[in-house]
Amino acid sequence: MSRVTRFPARAGGPAARLSDFIDHLRLNGFALGPGETGVALAALTAAGPPTPQAARMALRAVCVANAEQHARFDDLFDAFWLNRGRARPAPPPRRSQERPTRAPQPFAAPADGAACAAGAAAEADDGDGAADAGGEGRLAASLRSVDTARDLRAYADPESLAEAERIAGRLAKAIRDRRSRRHRAANRGGALDLRRTLRASLQRGGEPIDLRRRRRPDRPMRIVCLLDVSGSMEVHARVFLAFLRGLMGAQETARAWLFHTRLIDATPALTDRDRLRAADRLSLMAQGFGGGTRLAGCLHDFVERHAAKAVNRRTVVVILSDGCDAAPAGEIGAALARLRRRAGRIVWLNPLKGWRDYAPTAAAMAAALPHLDAFLPAATLDQLAALEGEFARL
Amino acid sequence: MAGASGWTDLRARLAATGYVASDALAMALHLALTLGRPLLLEGAAGVGKTELAKTLAGMLGARLIRLQCYEGLDAGHAIYEWNYQRQLLAIRAGGDADETRVFSQEFLLTRPLLEAIRQPEPPVLLIDEIDRADEEFEAYLLEILSDFQVSIPELGTISATSRPHVILTANGARDLSDALRRRCLYAWIDYPDRATEAAILAARGPGVAEKLAGQIVGFVQALRREALEKKPGVAEMLDFAAALAGLGVNDLTDDPAALHATMVCLLKTEADSAAITPEVVQRLAGRAA
Repeated sequence: MSRVTRFPARAGGPAARLSDFIDHLRLNGFALGPGETGVALAALTAAGPPTPQAARMALRAVCVANAEQHARFDDLFDAFWLNRGRARPAPPPRRSQERPTRAPQPFAAPADGAACAAGAAAEADDGDGAADAGGEGRLAASLRSVDTARDLRAYADPESLAEAERIAGRLAKAIRDRRSRRHRAANRGGALDLRRTLRASLQRGGEPIDLRRRRRPDRPMRIVCLLDVSGSMEVHARVFLAFLRGLMGAQETARAWLFHTRLIDATPALTDRDRLRAADRLSLMAQGFGGGTRLAGCLHDFVERHAAKAVNRRTVVVILSDGCDAAPAGEIGAALARLRRRAGRIVWLNPLKGWRDYAPTAAAMAAALPHLDAFLPAATLDQLAALEGEFARL
Repeated sequence: MAGASGWTDLRARLAATGYVASDALAMALHLALTLGRPLLLEGAAGVGKTELAKTLAGMLGARLIRLQCYEGLDAGHAIYEWNYQRQLLAIRAGGDADETRVFSQEFLLTRPLLEAIRQPEPPVLLIDEIDRADEEFEAYLLEILSDFQVSIPELGTISATSRPHVILTANGARDLSDALRRRCLYAWIDYPDRATEAAILAARGPGVAEKLAGQIVGFVQALRREALEKKPGVAEMLDFAAALAGLGVNDLTDDPAALHATMVCLLKTEADSAAITPEVVQRLAGRAA
């Protein structure tokens, strides 16, 4: 029993220790309320003879809520209760209030951003040198000379921005959920609403004369936008911000995040009715615009921290990014796979895809593809407008 | 129930009815029964989630009420519905049919959830594959799982005459809401280890010889370590054993053709059938022997 943690004498009895343990789990991301502490105590009582193994299993049944927590529980349990006989300090006052703040990651080398913006999307980031560097270079050069003039970067004048906003508004309205199986009362519809028909028939002495109907309503899908504002996307950022504002204006429940090396909630700024103030708030957020990308990291943060509240099966997640990332490609696949399980649809709009002969060779983009419902070009306003049909089909 | 070591008793009683439970699962089930909380079981398909509910019902001698979830499941299919056709007929046939008579128990169709709380004896309520139902349905469920009562506007509130033992199963088609998870105890059922699986085969299998049983378990365990889209579950393993017994195979390495023919019991996707070639089957069988 020497492995069991020694608790300081002034620490409370079992109940206090158990609530410390629950606190310990909360710090590690378990969603446990005060109610669970009570249940955990009851479970320990009901579990029979108090052996460490029985306590472990009983607490696991109460505290764990999904497969991922199930895998982590044993380590957390050991760290708290079986701390190799080390003494556990009395709990500091209310640690759980102060969230560990994430230190800003250093920007990726600016070369990455430049390379991406030039269209050499291939392997510049992870440098495993698998692709033929010379070939990529030539491709980039030709792309640049042909398409630059019609690129979104040319559309930074006010009319184009307004147009982008209008297009976004139409897109947002095009996304409807047609999967509803539930029925709503309606004046016209395919199915009879027997319950209301019968109720109405009472007025007519039991003759069902007034037929009431019901049908399946179309429900709006909520839109969640993630806009990449890193260096490689800088030229597109103004148009896309206008696009985002259009999406947000069309739908009250829409939410938006910007990311470069960090993830920033841009919803309040984008929904601000006062244009000037909105611009101020955005420019405050813009500190770090044009730096490197931490695409996979930011997606991971999003899934971890915001997805539970912002994303459900009736959500379309729209990611606006060129897919240039410094992290290993596997990470973005993993993050998207987790997002996939929560979200109704995931759409990736990639400004590079608008370029002729573009193939998603960037490792991150290639890893992301299997998890996407749609991978669409967004290089010109025409292409954005053409998305309406695609979105209506989602 | 909360005897000296209730959960080991429970495990023994489950084993007596042919369900081999791991310690953690027995403890979770014991707590669910003692604390009166719903138990949420997660795990890959075919590890015995649904089977546990059936076994529990058999063991307690209780009725098993099953609600299979699917996308679009609504209150009318899960809780109650009025029998409109009969109501119409009653109104037209008898002149004295008034509202109170038509909206009475007589015309109420009970669906699984309402039925479960109106049983005289506590039944086992199995809510199968809850992750297939949509999120709104989870919200219905929250009300019933926490209060065990159903409100019917025309009839009033129907409270539970007995509190059902609720078991929910999910296999991760989507994430469940935290609100639902919080109301449940949780157990993750993994594929059984070798000893457990051998015990399951002995308890449930079609009486195969000990040597062949060892080979079957070893083979299936090895097969699960291959990169498969859909790993074979316990149910598949039992089918496999039954198929081998039916073909009169006494040793896995005896008849390669028969062995390969029985792979249809274990491999359930086209990609998996293509990946596990006869050579791979032979290699695995050779190692298991």
